[in-house]
Amino acid sequence: MSLSISLTLNGVVRDIVLDDPRVTLLDLLRERLALPGTKKGCDRGQCGACTVLLNGKRMNACLTLAATLDGATVTTIEGLADGDALHPVQTAFLENDGFQCGYCTPGQIMSAVGLIAEGRAGDDPERIREGMSGNICRCAAYHGITRAVQEATRRMAAAERGDAA
Amino acid sequence: MSDTMTPQRYGSNAGQPLTRRDGLAKVTGTATFAADNTPEGLLYAVYVPAAIARGRVVHLNVEAATAVAGVTHVMTPQNRPPLQGDPEAKPNGFSFIVDVLQNDGVRYAGQPIALVVGETLEAATEGARLLAPRYEVADSETTLAGQGGEAVEPGAFGRPGGAEHGDVPAGHAAAVSAIDVVYETPAQYHNAMETHAVVAAWDGDRLHLDLPSQALSLSCASYAYFFGIPADNVTIRCPYIGGGFGSKAFPTGPQVLAILAARTAGRPVKLMLTRAQMFGPVGHRGATRQRLRLGIDGGAALTVLDHEGTAATSRFDDFIEPAANASQGLYAAEALRSAHRAVRLDVGTPGPMRAPGEASGSAALECAMDEMALLAGLDPLKFRLRNYAEVEPGTGKPYSSKALRACYAEGAKRFGWADRPMEPGRMRDARGLLTGWGMGTALFGCPMFEAEATATLRADGSALVETSAIDMGQGAWTALAQIAADSLGLPMDRVEFRAGHSSLPNAGIAGGSGHTATAGGALHAAGRDAIRKLGEIAAADPDSPLHGSGNADFTARDGRLYVAGDDSRSEDFAAILSRAGAVDLTGAGSASRPAADAEAHAMNSHGAVFAEVKVDPDLCQVRVTRLVGAFAAGRIINPRLTESQLMGGMIWGISFALHEEAKHDPRSGRIMNADLAGYHVPVNADVRGLEVLTIHEDDPYVNALGIKGVGEIGVTGTVGAIANAIWHATGKRARRFPIRIEDLLD
Ligand code: FES
Ligand code: FES
Repeated sequence: MSLSISLTLNGVVRDIVLDDPRVTLLDLLRERLALPGTKKGCDRGQCGACTVLLNGKRMNACLTLAATLDGATVTTIEGLADGDALHPVQTAFLENDGFQCGYCTPGQIMSAVGLIAEGRAGDDPERIREGMSGNICRCAAYHGITRAVQEATRRMAAAERGDAA
Repeated sequence: MSDTMTPQRYGSNAGQPLTRRDGLAKVTGTATFAADNTPEGLLYAVYVPAAIARGRVVHLNVEAATAVAGVTHVMTPQNRPPLQGDPEAKPNGFSFIVDVLQNDGVRYAGQPIALVVGETLEAATEGARLLAPRYEVADSETTLAGQGGEAVEPGAFGRPGGAEHGDVPAGHAAAVSAIDVVYETPAQYHNAMETHAVVAAWDGDRLHLDLPSQALSLSCASYAYFFGIPADNVTIRCPYIGGGFGSKAFPTGPQVLAILAARTAGRPVKLMLTRAQMFGPVGHRGATRQRLRLGIDGGAALTVLDHEGTAATSRFDDFIEPAANASQGLYAAEALRSAHRAVRLDVGTPGPMRAPGEASGSAALECAMDEMALLAGLDPLKFRLRNYAEVEPGTGKPYSSKALRACYAEGAKRFGWADRPMEPGRMRDARGLLTGWGMGTALFGCPMFEAEATATLRADGSALVETSAIDMGQGAWTALAQIAADSLGLPMDRVEFRAGHSSLPNAGIAGGSGHTATAGGALHAAGRDAIRKLGEIAAADPDSPLHGSGNADFTARDGRLYVAGDDSRSEDFAAILSRAGAVDLTGAGSASRPAADAEAHAMNSHGAVFAEVKVDPDLCQVRVTRLVGAFAAGRIINPRLTESQLMGGMIWGISFALHEEAKHDPRSGRIMNADLAGYHVPVNADVRGLEVLTIHEDDPYVNALGIKGVGEIGVTGTVGAIANAIWHATGKRARRFPIRIEDLLD
């Protein structure tokens, strides 16, 4: 059987024929669309490695059936930077050493982008830690991750104020 | 005489807190891990893990699995194509016996019992599910409790010897005060975020693997063994590893099966373990029970430090956690004994996991030291200083360097240790939480393995350096490039660094906290060799300002070659090379520790960890609120990455103390919590108040660069510090890890 969906993926409208209704968004990205930046760490919503933005909200791609995504907008780590210009969260992860092996990193970064958009944590480290706790980092780069999210939050807020002025 | 005594000049790169060279790839999602590869014609393999711990598989519904649309192969013990290497033997001394469907027996839960291959992951997964194994179940034993075990015959990898120094019975007899305590540590599973994976492709009798490996050259040889091909026929591409922690240094059964499936199918095959499958055939930290008997004389000096470890291993192979050896080399006891026993269980074979031996052993030892300090009536830090070892206890060897006193002093100062009340239960915070402070000594050896590297100066004055080093998060891409650039006197952006591929010069093993020292040592030697050769060319060239300086030494900086000690005579690399015909100039180097150097000194990294915990007086929930670690680990190549490594290790200490434990269902022998919801590791909210200090240390003996390594030491010391802080907060001494609420409730 086949099933067609149309979704906006990293800014591009894609018409996708699904070969199987069981395909998750994660396996669609990784195994079928050559977008392996989104990682699989558990395949059951327990680690956050597969975090993407779905209609602007952070979501575990491993828990999302691709077939449900007709009309959706999905942003993955590959679509975050603006050409060569890194997203402020990416820059902050780099500068604050918010990773070691880098495997959880795409998920951490997408989760941080989502968290900042939610506006629930601000630059308060306690709330950032809480808000980032759905993303496990076995290398335990948490210190750098928290600092990176703090710094990106401040920079993005400052940029927004600058824009408004 | 070895190179170690020659004073080395350093360039401007080592010591700098550079950001990661691989950082851009990692933050943009373009860093390619093994399972990210999807070659043309790819098939997917999924294996079925045994759901019992001991017995036999009596039925698999092969027809049902085969009938699934898209399933191409179903491999069982009945039809598994032959392997050329016997899986019940080992390819080399540094590997484990693997389960690759050699028969229908089951010897631990999670053992592969069948493999299904399909056109899609979904098809293979469905086929594997439909195999619905039926078993003949035998009784299994999966816990250490109540078992005495057998003495360990020391020798091979995984079978630790013990040690005995001084007169142990006399040490016991001489004690005016003594403790005799038993500590327990659970089975822990590495659980790197990237599960074990492979993408295997055959090209005739050549094998191409995308595979995370902490030991590329050994892995090539090991996989070649199973398939009866020369090691040179195997290439492994491994630019990144998504965490290894010791689990990715060895060939594993599932990976062998996937490679076999690729040979059978004549198409590339991808296999990626599920998270649940990480609890079984890919190693773990074996459970231990440790008895510590310590005695002191009237002056609080240790008369004896007697440490017996009993560790779980599998029924068919050996990795016996060398926990008791953590008591060697640290405290100046009159008499010292370490001994190990093994208990054979129906579990997968354990293996080295970040700070093997040291983590479990240090956890118990540092708690026991606190218990002894209490009896001695001394502050725990004072008690440790009272028993400070100026030379290696037992052997009397001098330490190559040991800035542990400074670690104690600096760490204590930063933490505010001096204000600690002696009695437990005296401190409360503003919210009424019980507050406790504890400390522990950190120690880890600094081994070196063997590595080779090349450094090529190009005609344009830039360089290419090559070694098969592995970056699994420790920062090899960056730290090793810093070393290489300095050895060549070049800025970082003029050095291209190739690593992470088995075709490159052998960088040895990324493990034992020895990779930077070993691979870095080889790169350093290769760079110096290239510079020496360049000097020879310049000295022989009448047009060079260095002409005639034949017997002099040369130094290099910023892409210029200098006569050592004479800055007036120098020339640009490119100018020298261009007159020599614009050729590339390659230097080669290797590194290892000469046996004589290894014999002459005791070599360790040291540290002191101070912990603050807060405990809810009613609920007994424990939070680590501050953790200060001061470490002396020789030369620090990159302070930024070093801090991350040490913090990562300390968080592993939090995890050991409070979170991690694999629990077996005693009836089925299965691990009940084989996922990241049930098997707890710290999340971001568990971590706050972390601080790392590095204490300067020059070590002229460990290796040419004076590097000791920082990958594992952070785990040691920390576990004990947290447990001791919990005692200090509550007055309750928990003697099993992880420490849980129920251990603290009245
Ligand atoms: S892979 Fe989706 S949460 Fe772990
Ligand atoms: S950086 Fe390795 S798991 Fe997070």
